[in-house]
Amino acid sequence: MAVESDVIDAAGPYDRAKALSAFKLGDVTFYWITRLSAISVLLILGGIIVSLIIGAVPAMKEYGFAFLWTQRWAPSADPPVLGALGPMYGTLVTSFIAMLIAIPVGLGIAIFLTELCPQWLRRPIGMAIELLAGIPSIIYGMWGFFVLGPFLANTFQPFMIKIFEGIPVLGAIFAGPPSYLSLFNAALILAIMVLPFITSISVDVFKTVPPVLKEAAYGVGCTTWEVVRSVVIPYTRVGIIGGVMLALGRALGETMAVTFIIGNSFRISSSIFAPGTTISAAIASEFAESDGLHQSGLILLGLLLFVLTFFVLAGARLMLLRLEKKAGK
Amino acid sequence: MNFLKTIVAAGLVAATTTTTAFAADITGAGSTFIFPVLSKWADAYKKESGNGVNYQSIGSGAGIKQIQAKTVTFGATDAPLKADQLLKDGFAQWPMVMGGIVPVVNVEGVKAGELVLDGATLADIFIGKITKWDDAAIKKLNPNAKLPSDAISVVHRADGSGTTFNFTNYLSKTSADWKSKVGEGTAVEWPVGVGAKGNEGVAGNIAQTKNSIGYVEYAYAKQNKLTYTKMVNKAGKTVDATNEAFQAAASNADWTSAPGYYLILTDQPGDKSWPIVATTFVLMHKDATDKAASQEALKFFKFAFEKGAKSAEELDYIPMPDNVVKLIEKTWSADIKS
Repeated sequence: MAVESDVIDAAGPYDRAKALSAFKLGDVTFYWITRLSAISVLLILGGIIVSLIIGAVPAMKEYGFAFLWTQRWAPSADPPVLGALGPMYGTLVTSFIAMLIAIPVGLGIAIFLTELCPQWLRRPIGMAIELLAGIPSIIYGMWGFFVLGPFLANTFQPFMIKIFEGIPVLGAIFAGPPSYLSLFNAALILAIMVLPFITSISVDVFKTVPPVLKEAAYGVGCTTWEVVRSVVIPYTRVGIIGGVMLALGRALGETMAVTFIIGNSFRISSSIFAPGTTISAAIASEFAESDGLHQSGLILLGLLLFVLTFFVLAGARLMLLRLEKKAGK
Repeated sequence: MNFLKTIVAAGLVAATTTTTAFAADITGAGSTFIFPVLSKWADAYKKESGNGVNYQSIGSGAGIKQIQAKTVTFGATDAPLKADQLLKDGFAQWPMVMGGIVPVVNVEGVKAGELVLDGATLADIFIGKITKWDDAAIKKLNPNAKLPSDAISVVHRADGSGTTFNFTNYLSKTSADWKSKVGEGTAVEWPVGVGAKGNEGVAGNIAQTKNSIGYVEYAYAKQNKLTYTKMVNKAGKTVDATNEAFQAAASNADWTSAPGYYLILTDQPGDKSWPIVATTFVLMHKDATDKAASQEALKFFKFAFEKGAKSAEELDYIPMPDNVVKLIEKTWSADIKS
């Protein structure tokens, strides 16, 4: 032992400097590798935006801002008349309905799984949710087309139409005729598709709540509902909203399943049982056979979806900030 | 070790054979409509000549772009290019194979080939003017049929397609209203109805939805056992959807006076002609950079015309009539430089 320490002492100063500089080099290399990786995200994103803008310029010049509120989509007219109102409306409405269904159901599943579920049921339900996330969207589309669509058109929609008939606003929203392909059917498929995003992220963040917090609440006599409402959800709010945002992002951009069951019609109708279209469905359907101004219009639609998603996500961030301020953080 | 050697040897053999195969391969891109029969021809041609045909069915519009960019030897499109466009790009164009387009319906009690429709009525249904099955216009064409007083659900293609181009072209020819309000194109502004993806999407939708009407290629209607209708043609005769009726439209068409074979086979004259026939056209550069590939492609098309008629019919395509094929072969020797 003594001999060894002598050797180290003797070689000390020289080795120390060398080792330090080696460490420093390693640090600098590491720093630059991670930094370049991070910057590459910005470059990729910028590249996508720039190429979208270049492709969309002819349509922007032709239609200007009127593109946003024109409902007509007539690519075969001479010159083509293109407007984004129909697909924008469809995108927002289907995503909104999908979130309206998926958020409560997703949170409900997550709360049940972490707080109430008996141990033996946890694994099957957890697995089922992961499987739901793993199903390719084309399968959802086919299932929606062959199974869900007919069921909704023959059973659910006539029932809803009958209930709300004659009531001023709701009567117009739930108006017939029933249809296999509609905004509502697409929204329901979207809700099922985004459910796993909300659920599995919520489950993960719920597990991060320190047991001592929950135990303390139970200790002062809180019910499970009170613990969830006043301890678990406030503690994990940021995480939940993150999951919801991911789900919303998917709902806004989902293409394949939606194209199958939305009916691909550019008309806007007050009824959610009427066919419609979304931005991504319109692009996916028409891009291959498009050219000239028509193609440029489709690229402009893509740019619009990009901007729309950005604003929706930014809006959500803002909401989160205000929530945090309110909570006094 | 021996095992490893075999693997390496096998890999080398595979690599060299694929490279030689690539060297003589013909590349093409475009129409999805022609894809099934083209791949069958390609298979047979490979067996006979050893040369493959690599065809990507990416849509007619994209096919035109690819041949313009010279990334492929030939392009295929369902909507022919006009003569001035052909001149500008230096393309030769000719029709390769045809297929019928039929209206399909799902009405209770109506069997295949029972209902009779004409162009004007069809246009009124797709424009939303006729909304019920027992409308006077439909009844007039079908005095003996029992038609329900239910709303008609219209199904059209959602994706841009050559089928839609030919169908809307026909409606434009038979209805002034349609021509001014909607017009023709691979994707149009549909006044009513829902859009489904592909022929199979429309076929699936019709099969599922009661009181619906749509349009598909004849092959899809036949294979899915859909109820297709009869049509009244330009000569005023009621015709059934048969191969003879489709071919009659091509034989009766006046190809000789159509520059660049720019002829859309809808609403053609003749007592036996089916009014909506789609044609896929092949595009090639008259003065291609790769002359060897160009010649090889022509050999393939010659083979397809001479020996591919039977396999086309098996897939419910309609081969070009002999008089037209002769005309096309003349065009090749006159136009395409070797």
